[in-house]
Amino acid sequence: MALPSYASPLERAWHYAYLVICAMVFFFLIAPILVIVPLSFNAEPYFTYTEKMLSLDSEGYSMRWYDSLLTTGMQAAEAVRDGAWWSDLWHNADWVKAAKNSVIIGFWATILSTVLGTLAALGLARPEMPWRRTIMAILISPMIVPIIIVATGMFFFYSNPCAIVGLECGRLTSTYTGVILAHGALGIPFVIITVTATMSGFDQSLIRASASLGANPRRTFFKVVMPLILPGVISGGLFAFVTSFDEVVAVLFIAGPDQQTIPREMWSGIREQISPAILAVATILVVISIALLTTVELLRRRSERLRGVAAH
Amino acid sequence: MSDVASQLTTADGRPLKAALASAQARAKRRAFFLVLPLLLFILITFAVPIGQMLQRSVYNDQFSKSVPALTQWFAENPKGSAPDEAAFTALASDLLLMKETRAAGDAGTRINYVVSGTRSMFTKAARGADKLEPPYMETFLDLDEDWDEPQIWNAMRSAASPWTLDFYTIAFDLERDADGKLQKVDENQRVYFRLYIRTFVLASVITAICLVLAFPIAHLLATLPMAKANLLMILVLLPFWTSLLVRTTSWIVLLQGQGVINSVLVALGIISDDGRIQMIYNQTGTIIAMVHILLPFMVLPLYSVMRVIPVSYTRAARSLGATSWTTFRRIYLPQTIPGIGAGVLLVFILAVGYYITPALVGGADGQLFSNMVQFHMTKANWSMAAALATMLLVGVLVLYWLYDRLIGIDKLKLG
Amino acid sequence: MNKKTLFALTTALGGLALPALADDITIMSWGGSYAAAENEASYKPFTAATGIGVVSVDADNPATPVKAQVDAGNVTTDVALFLLSDAVRLCDEGQLMPIDPTVLPAGVDGTPAVDDFIEGTLTECMIPNDIYATAVAYDASQFAEGAAPSSIADFFDTEKFPGKRGVLKSPKVVLEMALMADGVPASEVYDVLDTDEGVDRAFAKLDSIKDDAIYWEAGAQPPQLLADGEVVMTMSYNGRIFNAAVNEGKPFEVLWDGQVFEWEGYVIPEGAPNAEAALEFIKFATMSEQSAHFSERISYGTPRKSAAPLVGNVHGTDIPMAPNLPTYPDNMTNALASSADFWVDRETELGERFNAWLLAN
Repeated sequence: MALPSYASPLERAWHYAYLVICAMVFFFLIAPILVIVPLSFNAEPYFTYTEKMLSLDSEGYSMRWYDSLLTTGMQAAEAVRDGAWWSDLWHNADWVKAAKNSVIIGFWATILSTVLGTLAALGLARPEMPWRRTIMAILISPMIVPIIIVATGMFFFYSNPCAIVGLECGRLTSTYTGVILAHGALGIPFVIITVTATMSGFDQSLIRASASLGANPRRTFFKVVMPLILPGVISGGLFAFVTSFDEVVAVLFIAGPDQQTIPREMWSGIREQISPAILAVATILVVISIALLTTVELLRRRSERLRGVAAH
Repeated sequence: MSDVASQLTTADGRPLKAALASAQARAKRRAFFLVLPLLLFILITFAVPIGQMLQRSVYNDQFSKSVPALTQWFAENPKGSAPDEAAFTALASDLLLMKETRAAGDAGTRINYVVSGTRSMFTKAARGADKLEPPYMETFLDLDEDWDEPQIWNAMRSAASPWTLDFYTIAFDLERDADGKLQKVDENQRVYFRLYIRTFVLASVITAICLVLAFPIAHLLATLPMAKANLLMILVLLPFWTSLLVRTTSWIVLLQGQGVINSVLVALGIISDDGRIQMIYNQTGTIIAMVHILLPFMVLPLYSVMRVIPVSYTRAARSLGATSWTTFRRIYLPQTIPGIGAGVLLVFILAVGYYITPALVGGADGQLFSNMVQFHMTKANWSMAAALATMLLVGVLVLYWLYDRLIGIDKLKLG
Repeated sequence: MNKKTLFALTTALGGLALPALADDITIMSWGGSYAAAENEASYKPFTAATGIGVVSVDADNPATPVKAQVDAGNVTTDVALFLLSDAVRLCDEGQLMPIDPTVLPAGVDGTPAVDDFIEGTLTECMIPNDIYATAVAYDASQFAEGAAPSSIADFFDTEKFPGKRGVLKSPKVVLEMALMADGVPASEVYDVLDTDEGVDRAFAKLDSIKDDAIYWEAGAQPPQLLADGEVVMTMSYNGRIFNAAVNEGKPFEVLWDGQVFEWEGYVIPEGAPNAEAALEFIKFATMSEQSAHFSERISYGTPRKSAAPLVGNVHGTDIPMAPNLPTYPDNMTNALASSADFWVDRETELGERFNAWLLAN
């Protein structure tokens, strides 16, 4: 935005001050995320930039914290790095196990919330939908209710889910299913929000057009509706995945020792000692989030193109 | 019109009005059936667990389940009766039962919540319950002279029923005196209500800072050409997409005593090595980290509103002679109110319920109400945790309802 | 990513995550160097001797999750390591299995177990593993020769020793230390603390370090706070400090004055999935030899009389362990035994007072 030519000197001064303020806020937003990246390559176990790091001396940097991510928890970390070492790594390294759990739980939780959420969003977009506002409020509530309340409630309920009808049927705590159900519920609001947003730009007459041309409802859905809302569904799914991938409180309460995820490992790491190894994990997660962010941005553009909204 | 409608029929001879109504109902049912699976899922995996947990705030059978004889005595004797020999006989028989079922500790804990220092009276008496001799009143008073205290008997009478408001009494920093009247607890025992207020104050401070920081950048993003704005938008979205724990870690790294900011300040000679500033493990730490984490939730709704405000309005105002300040105050600002409302409420709601960040960087005075819920969870005082959780939830739901009334929940957008 | 690829990937990952063997036992303990010492002294030898695997789980205080598991009817822990006060409390509530001490193996010198354990350490539900102390610790390199803190009073003296202090975030231990620093002899601490004036006095003493306190909850935090230079001295479990000093060569010292010691040991939660194997483990881990091995790896005292003479040098060094144990006579000149009876009654009330104190500015 250019400064208009009629601006007074005071306005000019204010305008530049305003730009400086904006720059500072952007710096505040981004600096904390970037500052940890170089520190994760620190050769020393400290959180300050050493002189060697500042003078870009290669001795000041090392991959040791990334290495420790791989080797912590291994049975024979010092062994020669042959096939057996890698197999040991795959089965025993704490962070590798945590990453596997995060991916498994995140994947199934995403499927769950995306499928159910998209179906519901289709219903909510119909003009005939009864009690839309109330239902919407209920479906968005997992995002609003404080997580500590959700997690404690789930802990007791999942400990014996059939108790509510007076039966015993095993437990969901300390199981993958339990954590997946919990994360599925927490991801739903994001799917609902993004998919209904996509649906709001959706021209309902396309459905009637498709029907009048002889397509049955299923064909209409897969050939007409789905391609148009797909970007919204995927970006909702990504939100759901990130929610699960980042969630720690429900995991603290519901998961057992076999379902430790990356955030759970980070949580104990931060509470006990923040070694640069935690920063190495953080760096990897930042890289992943940049990749996801790019995906969402590309999807958004595609969606706008498809819906014919001019990208202005 | 209704006459015409009632005369018209469909091809198969049904009245049009009825056919339309049934078609309408069918469409409604179809739409509803699409939502139903999710609604059931949310109700079962989310709403029921929360409801079940909140029920614990008014239902606690730790004491009532093991005192059949006392329950009967309480039923036969009106409130306020002094415990007689029959009462102590009932107590002795219940303690014997507790010894067998190993429930004395649980029962004592329940009374101890209300009258401190009484748990061991129950466990000690239960341990020797098989050796208690009549007259029981004397035996008990020999064991502990407090056994005829009216406060203990009042507490037992109340706890003999599993339904109770005791935990809300505590949650509002109240207690019952010997006559059963409510009074404020000692100044130095007041925790919960004070923290409740403080949580809302801290959430307001955080929301206000977020608004002040978000407003200029949202405005900048909204007025820049799309290509540049999208680029800068990444700076807002990247934190949004980055793990909460990563961002909290970053702030610990930046703010701690030997952290980046303090070291830079020392290196620049602004502060001495002994004078490092305490910026974390206190309220400051909580505020800084939470502002950073919640800022995108303020920028995004502001941006989506600001983007559609036509530039021509401000231009018109300027050309009609308004100063830039007047234009901003009278023309621009009022148009951003929906965005401000949405952002403020969303950030406030999220801030009030925060747990992770205060737990990691809050130290002593930077804790929020959620942390107190968690505290009682670790002490296994489920009913107290549930009572506090209910207070918190009520606060949040009021705000949520307000959000829905003022902005509409379907207007919520992410990115 | 293509959905099919993603699906194939996750199923592959899922298939490779091997389930724990059915007869493994889950042991919940304190994490950090404590769990590491247990692992070497008893978990590994136990697995080697019996073929029963051990899954180790950490907690800030195992009593918290165990109580939650039992209350929810959802017990996944077979053995847990409890403080004596927690063991007594949960035992009274019927949440732990009573353990008959006569089934325990006799001492290495043939003394029956019931006589071999120090008097008063065997309770209905807990078999003691060790005695630990919460003491003040400091980084010797931060103080000039001879100018290091020498008494518990120094911890509360911010004029003589300026700087931040690491404080345990719990009224238990902290209030006792405050009173001892205020001149109350160890033998009278609980009598004083039982009065309102005594509680006020303890909190008044705490006020003197309030502005300089950094609070910790997990046992692994204090050595870290010292190592990072965040605090000049800190309350800590003595073994954690000792291990940082020995294993990482840190110049950390434990101040043996005004410390509070307590027993801790193994319990089996009511409803433990592998209760029999759990009992086998406890029998194994509390044998004289294992107990001595444990004491050589972390500086916590053994409850077995027959094990005390077996404790030799600090594992892997030629430093004798005995002078570093909380039970060493020279370390006991002004020490307080934590009172389980006092805390089961007063924890709720004093916890609220402590929380209120933390919140007040």
